[in-house]
Amino acid sequence: CIVHTGRTLLRTTTTTIKMRSCVLSVLLLNVYYTCVSSLYFHIGETEKKCFIEEIPDETMIIGNYRTQLYDKQKEEYLPATQGLGMFVEVKDPDEKVILSRQYGSEGRFTFTSHTPGEHRICLHSNSSKFALFAGGMLRVHLDIQVGEHTNNYAEIAAKDKLTELQLRVRQLVEQVDQIQKEQNYQRYREERFRQTSESTNQRVLWWSIVQTLILVAIGFWQMKHLKSFFEAKKLV
Amino acid sequence: RDWATLSAWQLVLVQVLWALLLCGWAFGSELTFELPDNAKQCFYEDITIGTKCTLEFQVVTGGHYDVDCRLEDADGTVLYKEMKKQYDSFTFMAAKNGTYKFCFSNEFSTFTHKTVYFDFQVGEDPPLFPNENRVTALTQMESACVSIHEALKSVIDYQTHFRLREAQGRSRAEDLNTRVAFWSIGEAFILLVVSISQVVLLRSFFSDRKTTTTRVGS
Repeated sequence: CIVHTGRTLLRTTTTTIKMRSCVLSVLLLNVYYTCVSSLYFHIGETEKKCFIEEIPDETMIIGNYRTQLYDKQKEEYLPATQGLGMFVEVKDPDEKVILSRQYGSEGRFTFTSHTPGEHRICLHSNSSKFALFAGGMLRVHLDIQVGEHTNNYAEIAAKDKLTELQLRVRQLVEQVDQIQKEQNYQRYREERFRQTSESTNQRVLWWSIVQTLILVAIGFWQMKHLKSFFEAKKLV
Repeated sequence: RDWATLSAWQLVLVQVLWALLLCGWAFGSELTFELPDNAKQCFYEDITIGTKCTLEFQVVTGGHYDVDCRLEDADGTVLYKEMKKQYDSFTFMAAKNGTYKFCFSNEFSTFTHKTVYFDFQVGEDPPLFPNENRVTALTQMESACVSIHEALKSVIDYQTHFRLREAQGRSRAEDLNTRVAFWSIGEAFILLVVSISQVVLLRSFFSDRKTTTTRVGS
């Protein structure tokens, strides 16, 4: 009886371990496929490439990148070796650095905006072994996800134990949230635009008044000065 | 979906299927980047045959708000080529497998940096549930959710375009504001300088003539 219970316990434990390892590998696969991005571009050795994201506040941004180096012997791009990293710098709209880190040949950077506006994400390579580069170009795969796209719904469903319908509604809620934030930001931007236009209007008004006054004053001064000059010269 | 009842090999099968399904859905990329003067920036993407792709771009700031755009397929055939365009949208069906390339060029400009936004959509967006297939019918609630999701996606798309146009307008207004400030100060200064030099010049004419007049007189 005890032996039988023991065997059942062992079987259950093995299944639990298998289940956990399977779930883990599933999650890892999910992570891997989200890391792989299709769009790529070439970057030189000292070149700095900047991307701009104009976002409202409290918005999360996740950036994934993957680098590949051209191998002259095999004449194709291979995954970059160790020592070839990328330096990622993120600046907020007030030119304050909010993220400044060195990542490896593959990386994932995340930040949340605290002020609405234009955030600049700059990437440049930071190779510690210059022999690797040899004047070639580095191929960078980049993918930047903003706001609602950063949510990992599989994770949310697992954490909050949501049904299919609940997850769909949650996705809609997140989307509407993003739209609302963007609309708020739009109102703030429109106010700035209006202030700039009103300032231009004021400047033009002042300039035309001041210019007319200057013209009239100078005209008077010129006439008065010349009259007194000619009178002194006994020509008038 | 009772994990405990599935055996190990069934779990592995689910993983493999999930991975394959995820592979099938391509992603879209949306980026805003800086294009310095006399520069060209190219982007590449591997596309499989039969995928519907859309390239949309808009110039946000800089100069006359225009850029050259060129889209080539895997063999180098030019699919789309436009010079000095402010905004355009191009949809095509990928006829070949391979790496497609699109380039933005600011080589015609001598000193203006441009900021260009582009949105390159390849295929469909990945569905919320990777193991769903189009054959299975959705309930009314689920299909309502799907249609709301699509509508909201287009709302977000319109919002993005509106934001870009607003950024363009604001950039022009700020340029105008700075230009008006410099121009008004500059013109006031020029006015003063010209009027004073006029008087000085006139005085200098009459100073010379005075000596000649007296000489003629005597």
